[in-house]
Formats: sequence, structure tokens, C-alpha cells
Amino acid sequence: MTRTSTLFPLGRRTLLKSAAAGAALAALPMRRLHAAAPLKLGVLLPRSGFLALIGQACQRGVDMGLPVLKDMGYDIEVMNADTESSPDVGRTQAEKLIREGAQMLMGTFDSATTMSVAQVAEQKGIPFVVNIASDPKITEQGYKYTFRVFPTSPQLGAGGMGLMKTLFAQTGTTPKTAVFMHVNDSFGMSMLAGVNALMPKLEMPFKIVETIAYDPRAKDLSIEVAKAKAAKADMHMVVTRLNDAILMVREMVKQQYETQGIISPGSPGMYERQFAKTLGKYADYCVTNIPWFDPRSDLNKELEPRFTKAFPDETYDINFGFTFEAVLVAADAYKRAGSANPQALTEALRKTSIAKRLLTGTAIAFDEKGQNNGNQVVAVQNRDGKPQVVLPDQFAVMKPVYPVPAWSKR
Amino acid sequence: MSPEFILGIAIAGTLTGAVYGLMALGLSAIFGVMRVVNFAHGEMMVGGMYIAYLLYKTMGLDPIMMLPVAALGLFVVGYLLQRYLVNYFIEVPEHVQFLLLLAVAMVFTNAFLMIFGPDARGVQLPYAFDSYNVGPLVIDKVRLIAAVIAVLIAALLGLFFAKTRTGKAIRACADNLTGAQVVGLDVKHLYAVTFGLGAACVGAGGALMLLLVDVHPHLTTDYTLLGFIIVIIGGLGSLPGALLGGVLIGLSEAFAGFFLAASMKSMFAFGLLILVLLFRPNGLLGRGA
Repeated sequence: MTRTSTLFPLGRRTLLKSAAAGAALAALPMRRLHAAAPLKLGVLLPRSGFLALIGQACQRGVDMGLPVLKDMGYDIEVMNADTESSPDVGRTQAEKLIREGAQMLMGTFDSATTMSVAQVAEQKGIPFVVNIASDPKITEQGYKYTFRVFPTSPQLGAGGMGLMKTLFAQTGTTPKTAVFMHVNDSFGMSMLAGVNALMPKLEMPFKIVETIAYDPRAKDLSIEVAKAKAAKADMHMVVTRLNDAILMVREMVKQQYETQGIISPGSPGMYERQFAKTLGKYADYCVTNIPWFDPRSDLNKELEPRFTKAFPDETYDINFGFTFEAVLVAADAYKRAGSANPQALTEALRKTSIAKRLLTGTAIAFDEKGQNNGNQVVAVQNRDGKPQVVLPDQFAVMKPVYPVPAWSKR
Repeated sequence: MSPEFILGIAIAGTLTGAVYGLMALGLSAIFGVMRVVNFAHGEMMVGGMYIAYLLYKTMGLDPIMMLPVAALGLFVVGYLLQRYLVNYFIEVPEHVQFLLLLAVAMVFTNAFLMIFGPDARGVQLPYAFDSYNVGPLVIDKVRLIAAVIAVLIAALLGLFFAKTRTGKAIRACADNLTGAQVVGLDVKHLYAVTFGLGAACVGAGGALMLLLVDVHPHLTTDYTLLGFIIVIIGGLGSLPGALLGGVLIGLSEAFAGFFLAASMKSMFAFGLLILVLLFRPNGLLGRGA
């Protein structure tokens, strides 16, 4: 005879069996539900504050990326948050996104904010894909959940400085001296360290005779440019953001400060639409050495016309490109993981291998530190208001111009 | 270092400082008469910048020509703000006034964000890249125009207070409020005119500043802080002090940026502020307590 209590009319064994069967039944549709539900991707970008213009350019990579990725068979739901160009706000917003259910984070454009968000991702065990941020420390902290698509400052610097030598060799003009003007935020300072380390290592043919650091929020760079002019150097090397790049070139024109050329070993600002729009003919001939769109890529051929149609007044630039690629990395990991479980997503991110890229370089893959080492730097020179690849030859669409025409002769 | 470079730096610093001075003039005038510290000062300046920007964008009008419009617009805003809001807080403790004007400042900043968004917006004038060659010196045309207009406006404001009946009445309110009320002056109206004039100066400063800097809503706090530093150095309530403070800040930033490190410019402005607070707490041209 089976003993049953009045309170629980089912026997203990019957109850356990029923519970097990129920759990198994419940698990089946749940697993299907997981696969069917889109990945909740928390997107952190500086859409206001002094980095707003670049943040919004990155945002276009997300907004335009979603339908394209859907066509490619990926399913993502985006949760947008504005870091307001502030690391503190970035941290708070990351925590808020995770509280609200974000299963993966993506962002944040600037290194300081990226560091803040990476710490949150690490504490909460949520994977974080970095679209743009180059401070090497981001992937040197031993973080398990942070994966960076963008190159580090030393990688940018090495590629950028190497291409300078190619530029000088190809044009037959080599500067003997240079001024180095750079922003003094974490990105600018890491680029400074990279450039200083690479100068002797790469046996650069010029000497840096003046180094001028400035606040990226600066509203006036007249004194900084006057100081650069006083150095009477052949070349003007820069690491800028956008607003300060405009201020700097405007001052160079006003102060009639002529050089062989303005070259960035890898920084935003000079290839952006706003730069060309504000400075007009004076924006031409500035060179930025940076990973760029691969003109041979099928994805690029598909995306560029769509972008131009959707945003006729905006630049198809790498803020868009790297953000698109970061969203692609997130979506691809989710698809392969088959689950939104953070460990499964992290494991899938580690095994990323995306050969069909938008930008120059080899397949996106992360090393043990979470760094993608497959980016290739190319030289982009502004010509007739548009950034054009001029080096290396396999990507070049036109020949570089160096030294550049004087301001008064444009 | 050649002397012409040093002279060039001094000229650049002085010209920028004159525009700073104009910006601080309104803050100083309002405090001098009403003893109200306008924490919405930077917001008003950005308001002036946006008025000039809108007129440029919609009608292609040069911000210099639209300077009276920006000044008039801000005069109306200042007058109404004082008459219908700040006036009720004249007699309350200072910290309540601070909170009120901080709240006004936040309303302004968020209104700018809602209307214009976070983007930086600038004007592209045909002479934006021009400069004058005076011997070996290269002088920025835009900065020179802005500085000359700033000094002219400061002189006009000084003349207004010194020569006109309204100006004298405002000074009477500042010197002896009870006496002014006894002789029948309309103090509420005069206070509102003063606040309006202060705001008009800031609006004019904003229109000029648009020639030098792109406008975005987050500029507001920077300019409020800069305005305070300038008037504290020059002397709160002193109009010549505001101009002097502006020029000193412009010069200190220029020389610190040139001879030391560009990133140390702000540090020197604050250093100057600390020195003045230590040795002349009422400012260089301020009256003793």
C-alpha cells in the first residue's frame, strides 16, 4: 500500500517523477525560445558631449548594421545608451543596461570610457565587444570578457609610422624635423608613448623637435599652433579628435604656418565629413594612416551605396565601419553560441573568425588577451573633400601628394 | 625665441581676453547692482551664440551684423527673467538664489539639447581664415574684430551708466537702495533693466564668440566658470575690472601655453584666481567690503 499524506495526495516518488518530467518538458520549449529570441546588445556610445559627432557616426554603424545583419541571418535587439563622452556616465550606463537585461555590451569609442565599461563587464561577467578604443591597457588587464576589434595604439603607431616612410620614399621628399601635436586624453597619451617608442625602433628619418599636448575639449588652439610654428619643423604630425582637428587646421591657415604636410599616425578627425565641410579646400591633403574600407570587399561594395543613400550628408568612415564590424562580431558569436548565456557567448567570441570583412586586414579573430590583430593600416589622404586611400599600392585608388600645396595656393 | 613671436602671443592673448571680458561684463554688472550671482550666465551666452547661429543658418546673416539682435533677444530674456522670477528671490538668503539660478541654468542647457541636439554648430564666413600681416606679425582678423567690438560695447555700457538718467538711477539703486526707493525710483523695473543689460552683454559676447568657437549645449558650464574666474580676478561689480580680468586670463593662458605646456593653460588661470583671492580678495579693481 502506498502511503500518502493528506496534504500531498501524490506519493514522494510520483511527485519527483512528475517534477522531472515537467522540467524536461519545460526545458524543450525554453531552449527553442532562447534560440528564437534576439540577442539583447547594450550599445554604449558618446552621442552627446564633446565626442558627440563621432559617437553619432558610430551609431550609424549600429542603426544601418541591424537590417544588413538581419539579411545575413543574424538577429539582434539593440539597447542604446549615451555615455555623454564621460567615463563615469559610461560606467553607470553599462550597469543600467545590464540591470535592464543586456546580454552583451558594445562600445564605447574612447579609451577612458571603454576602460570603465570593461571593469563593469568583468564584475558582472557580461561579454563586451570594443568597436573603437586603442589604449593597449584595455586588453592588457587580463580581462576575460573584453574583446577589441580595433587596433591598439602601438599597432596603429607602428602601421602609421611605417607608412610614413613609404610615403616619403614614394614621393621623394623626406622631412628632417617634425612637430608632434596630440590630444592629452588616454588615447593621445598612449599614442605619444607609442610614437616615442617607435621613433628609434623604426629608424624614422625625422626628429621630433617639439611635442605639444592639448586638451581635446579645447575651444582655442591659437597658442598651441603658434608654438608649433615657432619650431619651424618640416612636417606637422598629429593625434587628434574631430573638433580640435578643425580648430588646429583653421589656426594653421590663419597663422600662415606652412609645412610639407599634416600626417596622423592613426587618429580620428581629419577623415571625417565635418572636417571637410567646415574647412573646405583647407581640409585637402591631410593624411591619416588608419585601417580603412577595403575597396575589394564584397561587404563594402554592398554597404557603401546603402550608406550613401541613407545618409547622403555623412561620411562613410571607419567610425561606421568598426562599429558595424563590432556588431557583426557580437551577432556572429550569439549565432554560434546558440544561447545568450554569458559563458557560452564569451566562449563563442574567443573562437571568432570572420573573414568576410568590411575593413582592410585579415579575418577578425581574438588572441588570448581578446585583441584582434588582423587590422591593416593604410594611408588615407583627403582629396577634393573626400578621404581616398593612397598607400599601400594594393589598396591605393590614387597617388599620394607630398609635400602639399601652400595654404595660399589652394 | 624671437621678440616678434612673444609680441604675437601677447596680441593673441589680449584679443581673446577682450572677448572674455565682454562675456564677464554682464555678470559683473548684475552682481554690482543687485548682488545676485547669475549662475545661468554661461547658458545665456550660449543662447546668444544660438541666436546668431540660427540667423546665419536660416538667412545667411553674418553674426557680427546680428550682434544687436542677439543682444536684444537676451535683453528681453534677462528682463523677463528678473521681473517675473529672480525679483521674488532678491531678499532671500544667497544660497537660495544660487539654487534658483542653477535650476534656471539646467533648464536652459536641457532646452538647448532638446532643440539643437548635442552637435557642435559653427558658421563658415568668407573671412574666417583671414589674417593681417603687420610687419613680421600675423594678426587674426576675426579675433581682432571681436576684440574691438568687445571694447566698444564695454565703453558703451560704461557711458550708459555714467551719462544716462536710467544708468544713474541704476547706480543709485546699487549705492543706496533705501534712498533710491525714498526718492521714488521704480526699483523693480531698474533691476530688470540691469539684468536685461547684463544678459544683452552676454548675448553680444555670444554672437562674437561664435566667430571663434562652434556652439554646442555643453559649452554652458565652461563659460559660467570662466566668467566667475574673470570677475573674481577683476573685482565683482567692477566693469573695468571685468575687462581687465578677461585680458589677464587671456594673457596668462597664452603665455602659459606657449612657454610651459599648452595643457597647463587652465591651471594658470586658476592659479591667478587663487593669488588674487589670497592677496586682493575683492579683486584687482573691486571695492573694499
